[in-house]
Amino acid sequence: MNREDMNMDKYIKAPLCDEDTRKLRAGDYVYITGIIYTARDAAHKRMDESLKAGEKLPISLKGNIIYYMGPSPARAGRVIGSAGPTTSSRMDKYTVGFLDEGLKGMIGKGKRSKEVMESIQKNKAVYFAAVGGAGALLSRSIKSSKVIAYDDLGTEAIRELQVENFPVIVVIDSEGNNLYDLAVEEYKECF
Amino acid sequence: MREIQVSVIAKNIKEMCIEANHFLSEDMKEALYQASEKEKKPLGKQILNQLRENLQIAGEDMIPICQDTGMAVIFMEIGQDVHFEGGLLEEAVNEGVRLGYKDGYLRKSIVKDPLIRENTKDNTPAVIYYEIVPGDKVKIIVAPKGFGSENMSRVFMLKPADGIEGVKEAILTAVRDAGPNACPPMVIGVGIGGTFEKCAWLAKKALTRPVSEGSPIPYIKELEEELLDKINKTGIGPGGLGGSTTALAVNINTYPTHIAGLPVAVNICCHVNRHTIRII
Repeated sequence: MNREDMNMDKYIKAPLCDEDTRKLRAGDYVYITGIIYTARDAAHKRMDESLKAGEKLPISLKGNIIYYMGPSPARAGRVIGSAGPTTSSRMDKYTVGFLDEGLKGMIGKGKRSKEVMESIQKNKAVYFAAVGGAGALLSRSIKSSKVIAYDDLGTEAIRELQVENFPVIVVIDSEGNNLYDLAVEEYKECF
Repeated sequence: MREIQVSVIAKNIKEMCIEANHFLSEDMKEALYQASEKEKKPLGKQILNQLRENLQIAGEDMIPICQDTGMAVIFMEIGQDVHFEGGLLEEAVNEGVRLGYKDGYLRKSIVKDPLIRENTKDNTPAVIYYEIVPGDKVKIIVAPKGFGSENMSRVFMLKPADGIEGVKEAILTAVRDAGPNACPPMVIGVGIGGTFEKCAWLAKKALTRPVSEGSPIPYIKELEEELLDKINKTGIGPGGLGGSTTALAVNINTYPTHIAGLPVAVNICCHVNRHTIRII
């Protein structure tokens, strides 16, 4: 049976618990509703420095999902501008430490390092991909956005987002399956 | 001699920055449509349809196609019979970018120093290339470049003995390494020949050629078609999640080179391959 036939559309609430992540499998199409946080390069660097200095982080990582995203500015009357994922691998350097602090989910695009993949499995977390370059479409699932830390970083500030049925695909699940590898291999079998 | 006010340049560049970030050119839209019709994998097809829907929302709601509204790369082909009046050309180009990114609600993604990394807050400076050409017109190409794909681009200094097979392998290596990071389906700009920096410039400029238009050199056009076929058999697919659509086009530009060298640059662009062209 084709793996695609086994995968399902799933609806989950954020923040997440262990039980939520255990049910998710690489290849699942998932709609997230709830609260998620944005952080990309500069915010990761600052949070990492805080963790290393033993300081409190501006957001709790426990059970939470970080969306690697820096939006374009919102027009008047709009919640947010274009809001698609950025490349996750730039955050790899900081991610293992965050997962050990309780981070449960990440939304981005692209490959992760071996260390991050192992840590996702160890911490029963999950890595989702959103469709890169679909920032206008994705912005429609974001119902509110407010900057809650590092305002001086502009687009790179930490934002709390309220999302409704935000569409993502499970790439790396809590058992260490990786859709990027599986999908390419499976496709090759077609030839 | 024709006189052109630099304020005209600034005004056009402002409008072009906004236009490029909300509307793709017809050839790109058609290529995405064709791909969504042909894609074999259901998830791949679903992603391609989302990308088409995204384009529609971007244009209707005036929300950028992608939040990474890029570093503004601007090609200025200046007729040698043109004289600019009313200020410095370079300042006018950057003023156009500044106004376009501010008034168009585009993201400001430029840091002033590559290591200190403080945002300039107006997306300037642009990367500007000037070419002096015959005539009294100015052709402006505004091509905002996102960095998800820029980061996956490569220069290979091959040996003449590596030949055409070496060139193919270099391009396929760059594409395979880029995989899902570069937001496939990609457009592959390739520069072959020249020097280290010339081939990179050729590759960048190749991205601005319509994807429906092959190289005017017959054997290069064949090479473009062969590589597109090979790239689409890697299985990377839309979003890197598997499928038969990994690239929409391979555009190759060439230039004479040295007896000792075979430089190859691969400038990868995501499916949001933005460029607008105006002739003044």
